[in-house]
Amino acid sequence: MIKPLDLRRFTGFRALTILCLVVLYAPLIIVAIYSFNDSTSITRWGGFSLKWYVDVFTGPDAPKFRNAAINSFTIAIGAATCATIIATAAAVAMNRAGRFRGKVASLALINLPLMVPEIVTAVASLIFFITIGFKTGLMTIFIAHLVFCIPFAYLPISARMQSVPDVYEQAAMDLYATPWEAFRLILLPLMIPGILSGFLLAFIISLDDFLITNFVKGAGIETLPTAIFGSVKQGIKPNIMAISTLLLGVSVVFVTLSWFIGRAGQSKN
Amino acid sequence: MNQNSIAVDVENVVKRYDSVTALHGVSMDIREGEFFTLLGPSGCGKTTLLRCIAGFEDVTEGAIRLRGEDIAPLPPHRRPVNTVFQQYALFPHMTVLENVSFGLRRRGWIEMDAEARAREVLELVQLKDFAQRRPGQLSGGQQQRVALARALAPNPEVLLLDEPLSALDLKLRQAVRVELKQIQRETGIAFVFVTHDQEEALTMSDRIAVMSEGYVQQIGTPRDIYEAPLNRFVADFIGETNLLDVEVAAVSEGMAEVFLPGGLALRCPAAASAVAGRGHLSVRPERISIGPKSAETLPATVTDHVYLGTDIHLHARLVDGEPILVRMQNSESSGIPERGSELGLRFEAGAARLLVD
Repeated sequence: MIKPLDLRRFTGFRALTILCLVVLYAPLIIVAIYSFNDSTSITRWGGFSLKWYVDVFTGPDAPKFRNAAINSFTIAIGAATCATIIATAAAVAMNRAGRFRGKVASLALINLPLMVPEIVTAVASLIFFITIGFKTGLMTIFIAHLVFCIPFAYLPISARMQSVPDVYEQAAMDLYATPWEAFRLILLPLMIPGILSGFLLAFIISLDDFLITNFVKGAGIETLPTAIFGSVKQGIKPNIMAISTLLLGVSVVFVTLSWFIGRAGQSKN
Repeated sequence: MNQNSIAVDVENVVKRYDSVTALHGVSMDIREGEFFTLLGPSGCGKTTLLRCIAGFEDVTEGAIRLRGEDIAPLPPHRRPVNTVFQQYALFPHMTVLENVSFGLRRRGWIEMDAEARAREVLELVQLKDFAQRRPGQLSGGQQQRVALARALAPNPEVLLLDEPLSALDLKLRQAVRVELKQIQRETGIAFVFVTHDQEEALTMSDRIAVMSEGYVQQIGTPRDIYEAPLNRFVADFIGETNLLDVEVAAVSEGMAEVFLPGGLALRCPAAASAVAGRGHLSVRPERISIGPKSAETLPATVTDHVYLGTDIHLHARLVDGEPILVRMQNSESSGIPERGSELGLRFEAGAARLLVD
């Protein structure tokens, strides 16, 4: 019997793995640890404290961060919701409408925002909004986010729909359900895990976005990432570490949730 | 309900996809209250025809009439037929009761009536204690019965069954056959049953349509099909048979005069359109008896035998080298002929039948 290839036996494999993990995660861990630092220094450990977390919510920068957070969550919820609806409709067209002209092109268009360099999208969006005379502000951020959220919502939704055989809808129609009832009563409930998963992914992508937001936001409008960037420019204070850690926590929770929901949906079939 | 009135009238149905033709002008009448089977190997068009009746495929040419009404313009949800799907397609997010009452609720039944009717049908398939379960909690056989109950609940004019037993194991399949036939008789609904399993078709059907490559080869009762196959395909597909190359001297009034290899003359029934010349004779292996060589028997040399318990299969060769299979009952008196020994074969009256090529 031939033994399966054991990667661990390659010279340097262990070292390389550790190096990658360190480069990827050490900065995050250090930020998280130093957010609990009692000292005002960002490099010297002065004992454990929650004071920078308290500072985030009650300190001099608190109103700025609160407004940014409200903006961020409003945009993320709105953009993710709209993106999920659009992505679901797109998934139905791509997976259930049979063959149609321009199907491959449609798929490419849906996924294009994943491939276009973000800076290009950011510049293009800004030029577009200026050209049509659209005043930059919350609305422009929302529209820009909606666009790049669609492919992130689409991927898990479409994957889920592919795993639901269309014989269920045929069975429903065979039992006198109209095509709309077959969708609403059968396909949609079976797709819920994919839809939730897509929504959460889109939500977190919107919440974390900096580059595009920074271009299309109007003067005086901040989201959490742009607010954090603004503060960092004036010197890094430990409260930035606290707020970054909070944002990291939200991201981890949502991505994990999205993954678990997606997996629960898979195992049920 | 008139036993002889027509439930489904399939007239000259042609189904073409881009480059392939799945059905080449298929016609058949399915009677009220009848267990009608579409039998054929995979790719013969039987499932396509079923899907045309259900409305999942449009027919390219021809017409399908349901109790006289052309159903071509009706989408699937407007056709009063229901389907038992091969993989059952039970809605996994609904209970058994919700599954079974789904069709009724879509037809506008009020909740209470739909539930009562669903329970009634669940009782018919002996699953009334499983109403609140989810399909995932049931065994394959139970799921199959839920699928049947769900399709029967709205009391369709015709029930379509797409190889519903193929996912069950052999033992269960045999039990379900009997049950299914019984339910069909009790409900009096015409069943159109698709299968590739000839034994299934023979045991359950009132009539069978044997299909191959998009054509109907023969329609008849199981006995017709087995004992009087029209052509080589039907004879070969249904059960085991020997197809012997023979010279046909004359055909008249359903009887043929043929010469077997070795020159023995035989008078046997012939398929309606058989003609003189070269032809094929079908002889079922269980209807050949063996004995000593004589002027009235067909000489053969034993090449091998296979012991099967109840039967013994004897493989032999005719004088022209053609192989022939004889199935002997295993009884105490029957000695097994040695390999290489010479025998005389005798066909029972009516055992041989001249086919259309």
